[in-house]
Amino acid sequence: MPSPRWRRALSAAGEAVWPPAAALGLSFAIGAAIVAAIDENPLRVLPLIFAPGLGSADGFARVLFDATPLILTGLSVAYAFRAGLFNIGGEGQLYAGAFLAAWTALALPGLPRPVALPLAVLAAAAGGALWGAIPGWLKARFGVHEVINTIMMNFLAVGLTGWLLERFLQEPGQMIPHTPEIPAAYQLQPFAQGPGGAWLGLDRANPLGASLLVALAAAVAVGLVFRRGVEGYRLRAVGLSPAAARYGGIGVGGVTVRAMAVSGALAGLVGVHEVLLYRHRFLDNFSSGLGFLGIAVALMGKNHPLGIVLAALLFGFLNTGALEIDIFTQVPRELVVVLQALIILLVVSFGELALWRRRRRRREEAA
Amino acid sequence: MIGLLLGTLRTATPLLFAGLGGMFSERGGVVNIALEGILLVGAFAAAATAYYSGSPWLGVVAAVAAGTGLAALHALVSLRFRVDQIVSGVALNMLAMGATEFLMWIFFGSGSNSPRLDSPGLPGAAGRLPVELPPLTLLALLAVPASSWLLFRSRFGLRLRAVGEHPEAADSLGLPVHRLQLYGVLLSGALAGAGGAFLSLNAHYFVKNMSAGRGFIALAALIFGKWRPAGVLGATLLFGFAESLQGHLDLPWLPVRMVQLLPYLLTMVALVGVIGRCRAPAAVGRLFVKD
Amino acid sequence: MRVALEGLCRSFPGVRAVQDVSLDYEPGRLYALVGENGAGKSTLMHLLYGMLPPDAGRILVDGRPVRLAGSQDAIRLGIGMVHQHFMLVDTLTAAENVVLGAEPGRWGRLDREAARAAVRADGERFGLAVDPDAPLESLSVGEAQRVEILKVLYRGASFLIFDEPTGVLTPQEARGLFAILRRLRDEGKTVVLISHKLDEVLAVAETIDVMRRGRHVGRLAREEADAERLARMMVGREVLLRVEKPPAAPGPPVLEARGLGLARRPGRAELADVSFTLRRGEVLGIAGVEGNGQRELAALVTGLLRPDAGELRLDGRSLAGLTPRRARDLGIRHVPEDRQRTGLVLDMSLRENLILGEEGGPAAGRAGVILPGRVATLARRRVSEYDVRVADTRQSARSLSGGNQQKLVLARELDGDPRLLVACHPTRGVDVGAIEYIHRTLLAKRARGLAVLLFSSELSELLALSDRIGVLYRGRLTAVLDADAVDEETLGLYITGARGVERA
Repeated sequence: MPSPRWRRALSAAGEAVWPPAAALGLSFAIGAAIVAAIDENPLRVLPLIFAPGLGSADGFARVLFDATPLILTGLSVAYAFRAGLFNIGGEGQLYAGAFLAAWTALALPGLPRPVALPLAVLAAAAGGALWGAIPGWLKARFGVHEVINTIMMNFLAVGLTGWLLERFLQEPGQMIPHTPEIPAAYQLQPFAQGPGGAWLGLDRANPLGASLLVALAAAVAVGLVFRRGVEGYRLRAVGLSPAAARYGGIGVGGVTVRAMAVSGALAGLVGVHEVLLYRHRFLDNFSSGLGFLGIAVALMGKNHPLGIVLAALLFGFLNTGALEIDIFTQVPRELVVVLQALIILLVVSFGELALWRRRRRRREEAA
Repeated sequence: MIGLLLGTLRTATPLLFAGLGGMFSERGGVVNIALEGILLVGAFAAAATAYYSGSPWLGVVAAVAAGTGLAALHALVSLRFRVDQIVSGVALNMLAMGATEFLMWIFFGSGSNSPRLDSPGLPGAAGRLPVELPPLTLLALLAVPASSWLLFRSRFGLRLRAVGEHPEAADSLGLPVHRLQLYGVLLSGALAGAGGAFLSLNAHYFVKNMSAGRGFIALAALIFGKWRPAGVLGATLLFGFAESLQGHLDLPWLPVRMVQLLPYLLTMVALVGVIGRCRAPAAVGRLFVKD
Repeated sequence: MRVALEGLCRSFPGVRAVQDVSLDYEPGRLYALVGENGAGKSTLMHLLYGMLPPDAGRILVDGRPVRLAGSQDAIRLGIGMVHQHFMLVDTLTAAENVVLGAEPGRWGRLDREAARAAVRADGERFGLAVDPDAPLESLSVGEAQRVEILKVLYRGASFLIFDEPTGVLTPQEARGLFAILRRLRDEGKTVVLISHKLDEVLAVAETIDVMRRGRHVGRLAREEADAERLARMMVGREVLLRVEKPPAAPGPPVLEARGLGLARRPGRAELADVSFTLRRGEVLGIAGVEGNGQRELAALVTGLLRPDAGELRLDGRSLAGLTPRRARDLGIRHVPEDRQRTGLVLDMSLRENLILGEEGGPAAGRAGVILPGRVATLARRRVSEYDVRVADTRQSARSLSGGNQQKLVLARELDGDPRLLVACHPTRGVDVGAIEYIHRTLLAKRARGLAVLLFSSELSELLALSDRIGVLYRGRLTAVLDADAVDEETLGLYITGARGVERA
């Protein structure tokens, strides 16, 4: 007799939480060891990671700001993964989206705000969608595995956007190549600069803005599609058994391309964050591995929208913490990069271990 | 012209090492996306060791060791902990990037590059060589027939190939499937590590994120080369040619930046052209689990 | 060598596969082990071959108890197994397959000449000639089986287990295999034949052991055994070996095939000039040895492949450009031959599996959204109508037995009165009780007008269910026979090309 529903839900939640929690604990322990090995005090260094985010509303807002693009790239990875696809191309897709958004803004400067802003958001999504659809189509049509292709597309995106920037859009005489500022109609202003800023306790320079809302809305939308959507069903069927899906009538190729396109679009929306909100321009090489961190976020969040938001939050803490460490200690900020990588490695390892234990327990119950 | 040929051989060297390594791993059925990370840690280990010990060859040894170590981690996580091989590879690449960035500060005090390094040379023999061919390149070329012998004429190679094609059959004959796969992965780590050593030592610097996608291009070369040593050689020469073209091509209508993208584009084209004409080891990527 | 099993037990989650089995084997004799699918025969032999450790009990070789940590140990003791699903590596040669794991050679080198010589020598001695240098993928099924046997002999096996060896062989090829089995016995080996085909067992074995639900229920000498007695021991009750089939009343044509052709491609058989007509309320069985085009023909009718020549018509309308989705919409349903890989998404729940193919339609929801309530109702109804024995429709499909899984597929495909059903090996790996149910269901639908294109390797099943039987041989339809006018032996002649093919 299966146990009552609430008990099963609780135990399922517990099982979902302990691997990431244990992974976090072990990562920090290793981090502490590393810090100690370079003659610094781990008890002083490590809490600094969380200090800014937990210390004030302004600090927490910065954490949210850092988390925003990670929510999007995490959703991107999870969406494709639902259909059994490894989208490692988030990095390239976000460049494509950001670039297209900037180009649209600069190419159509006269549009009024109610048209301009949605258009730019759409352009960001479309850029990413295109960049994701190409490897998706290659997989659907030729059976080429998406892993290498998406990685190649990353390099192509950085190179292409850089070249296009140089050729057509560059503001002359700059050290780091970037476009001119986008017209005001396309710009998103940070909350701090608006009416609610002071009330929320934000410092004038705090960058948090509406891109967070876009990311959260995307998370809700993805969650709904997964749970209740016909497309979500199709994604899942293709991901679990493409052969059975095909025999059952589902067009696997179409699902593949659509999944990669949506996945790319989600990554492309990072353009809203980077270009429309943060810098108000497109900067060459602006991303420092946001796409890859998205993979980490998705893995940690178990490819579930809620988990992804939480994981993104964690990585947001780590990012702001990195700066803190850099400024206030002798420890290089790259320690955080190591921590992030350790976390992923341990999360997936513990996750599998948890799966074993569950399977073994089920076996013992049945016998 | 000679310059272009030599350039091709030089740029092909790390690809060749990594490609041969990837071949051994995949012939055993294990996808090794972490080749990129292995190249990177190999490059770093070689740089750090060479700088502090003064001996480039010691650096090469360190690179091989570091590469094998990272590969061992991949085997542990994907074979023992049963994490998906691609996920494990991606995670290890991130670890390699983070670790080398971090250690760069610790060892070299800089976040972007190391101090100047010496490349490994052949004592005394250097003057007698007709052309200026780096010893590691020679080693890589020698590794091709050696790999061929190992894969097709040895007992280990036969068993490895069987494991990568049909692990259940190998298991039914009492072959230790996971142990053989481990050896394949370790070999890939050693070879790719050497490739990494070439990257930093022959360029005379270790630069942040030096591998720049070469690990992935090596995987493409592996597929293009149909998982055979001679094929991998041919493919890496082709890709090396494309990369070394950058320095020689000076056309006004073809921007340097675009030529830089050629290897990546070529990779994608290669993948499309190859699929369907040949077959990967049938069980590659699929984890063999005993009941 | 004498082999004895004492009180062997082995369980898997939810199933006691082998319970307290004790058996004695003497050298130089031919034994058979029979039982239904799931009776435990394969598991028992896997225990003996060291592929699984027993939960309890022991194995004795020549009176000494032995511990088998893996098949290496069993091989060293002289126990060899010829697997049902060949454990051969396609990309290696025959000789390489034979010596794999015990290769001749020193200093790590592989001695190819020695391997070739060994293969030739054993081949001659036991009547198993095979070209040592032939790549395995080029060999026929019968030849590949010989390589499997050579593998076992090369390692000096004196106790040979054959696990369902005739599944992929024709009746004639099977007779050749039996000759080999007898030769092995004459050379002093112990041979154990695992099978569920009673006629074959009765043709070749001297001693027959019966297993039912994990227990050993009896050992008979050949003289004491007959098919009915064995079947009763296997199932424990009177078995209806043949279901009542009402006479055919075929209606207008539903499916017409004219000159269907499919080009040869790697991994795919070819088809040439296949033409037939299938009528409403009729079952057209297609007989043929695996690899002669049955899979490809089924794929053409269900939209998984496009023909290179010829055409298909449904109710007179052309089926050009058919996809699985469109086939479904037109009323063509498909029970695929591999229910676990292509029939069901094992890791989805029963509910989710039941809406596969209709997930976008009104049965499952509305406007792109799936309504769980509607799906639950649908699932409950279908599960009860098609006798799928399950407590909760939210369970995963993986948790069902083979028979229930097959019934689940039927529930999904047959519901809603389709026009045409393409059924591929619908009772493979299914227990006798479920077989009966599936046959009765198919015949009931036939009576209501369903047209069925039935592919099966069980000649008895084809004869029991079909009104007419077509024979596919080398991609051609070499005959279409009246089911009442043929028997298994004759069908066997047709499917091997001994009859029906014009000789120049």
